[in-house]
Amino acid sequence: MRTIDQTTREILELAAKHFNVPAGTLAPDDDFFKKLGIDSLQTLELLSRIENHFNIELPDYEVQGVSDFRTLASRIQSRL
Amino acid sequence: MLDLAKYQSIGAALKDALDQFANEICLIEADRERENERLTYRDFKDRALPLARTLQDANYRTADRAAMIMTNQSKWLISAYAIFFCGGVLVPLDFKLTPGEQWQLLTHSGAAVLITEYPIWRQLAASSGRADAKSLHTILVTEASPNADLAGARRWEAGQANKAAPTFVPRARNDLATIVYSSGTGGRPKGCMMTHENYLEQCVALTSLYPFAPGFRYLSILPTNHAIDFMVGFFGPFICGATVVHLRTLRPEFVRDAFAKYKITYVSVVPLVLKNLQKGLQARFDALPSGKRRIFNALVAVNKALTKSHPRLGLSRRLLKQVHVGFGGELRAIIVGGAFTEPQTLQFFYDLGIPVANGYGLTEAGTAITVNDLHPFRADTVGKPLPGMEVRVVDADKDGIGEVLVRSKTVMSGYLNEPELTAETIVDGWLKTGDLGRFDPAGHLQLFGRKKNMIVTEEGKNIYPEDIEAVFESLAVKEFCVFAANYIWPQRSMVGEQLVLVIHLEPGQTLTEELRKSIAQLNSRLLNYKRIHGIVVYQEDFPRTASLKIKRNVLAERLSKLDRAETVLPV
Repeated sequence: MRTIDQTTREILELAAKHFNVPAGTLAPDDDFFKKLGIDSLQTLELLSRIENHFNIELPDYEVQGVSDFRTLASRIQSRL
Repeated sequence: MLDLAKYQSIGAALKDALDQFANEICLIEADRERENERLTYRDFKDRALPLARTLQDANYRTADRAAMIMTNQSKWLISAYAIFFCGGVLVPLDFKLTPGEQWQLLTHSGAAVLITEYPIWRQLAASSGRADAKSLHTILVTEASPNADLAGARRWEAGQANKAAPTFVPRARNDLATIVYSSGTGGRPKGCMMTHENYLEQCVALTSLYPFAPGFRYLSILPTNHAIDFMVGFFGPFICGATVVHLRTLRPEFVRDAFAKYKITYVSVVPLVLKNLQKGLQARFDALPSGKRRIFNALVAVNKALTKSHPRLGLSRRLLKQVHVGFGGELRAIIVGGAFTEPQTLQFFYDLGIPVANGYGLTEAGTAITVNDLHPFRADTVGKPLPGMEVRVVDADKDGIGEVLVRSKTVMSGYLNEPELTAETIVDGWLKTGDLGRFDPAGHLQLFGRKKNMIVTEEGKNIYPEDIEAVFESLAVKEFCVFAANYIWPQRSMVGEQLVLVIHLEPGQTLTEELRKSIAQLNSRLLNYKRIHGIVVYQEDFPRTASLKIKRNVLAERLSKLDRAETVLPV
């Protein structure tokens, strides 16, 4: 079982890879809309990638209103 | 299609539709690759009537308001019909609002009943605001797990066991059917009071251009609380016996698959989604080997030439088979709304033989005012007025551009609890849209920006600056306010609109890095589409009324003298 820190780290790595930004430039409290300059649809694309990685299903309502990696990680952690 | 001229209300029309099309499929609900359920109109009625009876047993009376906060799913439509069956007034609220905003609108609307999904209710129940919603006596939640803490709500599904017959309550055309919030979660909620007549008339006009029939399948992606989806994703298809397809997830890959899987006839999207679809298709075309690419481009050119005067769906489907197969092969049009769409995006799809029903409308006018009739397709305009719509442009400048006014049976009766605002907005029967436009010689409306202090995002969200100011209240400056940048510095454009924060500093204070950081931090509390994009430092006291309200128009006039590029600083 992953710890929340591990989950967060993996999400940051996936996001950096998906949006082609250097690894290590993203932090848990970053607002991903702002930091990555992405829109709501691009966020959904990232979620699909995260789901595949963790092998979970994250319903859309679970991520409603979430805009930082730390909160996103906690939602994912609760489904692992 | 039912003859809507014979009907007095949405409820009466839907009631007949459920009987007339009893054996047709009315709803398909899917979640990712799974199909959750498939209901005939008879099944729909069998689910809606027990709910109507449950509401009536819970003392839900004629003209009482019932709010719904749900994602797009079959229970949305079933619940809405049950409310209309009882003669109630539906208050569809945006599930994407924060719980605080939802409570505010629940209170403002005076809702007696709330129907919502458990995950939404869980957040609402945990948030303060319930005590203010004094009229609310019954809360029904869907899909709560067996051990869920219902926090005073009841299970929607439990009502299905109620076998006693409910009483149908007839309503008149001028009775209130819905209260739809066009915006205003800040100080002044704008609850558009829509009558049954508004919907009946709009439905006749829209289906005359974009008809539905049994076997047609509409993919419901736009939230159904949105005026467009309510009309073309519920009322329109239902009175024609068509099918509505709901997806429980809006991940792009599942949306794409749904077109082919369910052989979709129509879909409504906001410009952001349309552009995303364009991007995906363009990437696929770009990846074709050069030989195939040349052939493909030639076919697109042939299709473009042959569809210049009007769409020829059969021909386009044969010419550009692979593209159309990807969309299921039966797509008749993509309806785009909620915000302005760039002409090149519209043209991209039309050239592929996929007409885009581009139009212009606002909730206050009962969904759509103008729609492209496709004869011929015009990407540079928002089309001609729909049948029954009187549209004129007033106070035109030297280029013929002025404010667009609308008069029609589809225009709302007013804003709830806002007689002054209503009187300012509807003058002598004409709705002042606040949008700037002009008619071209062919009678098509072209839009050129806004007269009002607001922006519309590509996701179709109306943002009024006053509504987001509360977030900046703790800011250590002398005074501040938020503006739509285009309201200060008008641009003849409906895209790329942004908000700016205007601050007046204390004597001796400067815009330090620390102050900028606090602005950024407060800004991040707003949902991403509501955020400000620039800071303006203003050196004088804001002009104010006797009651100390900021005279926004006067301040905007003064700010307009400043150079935008030099004045607006990054957040």
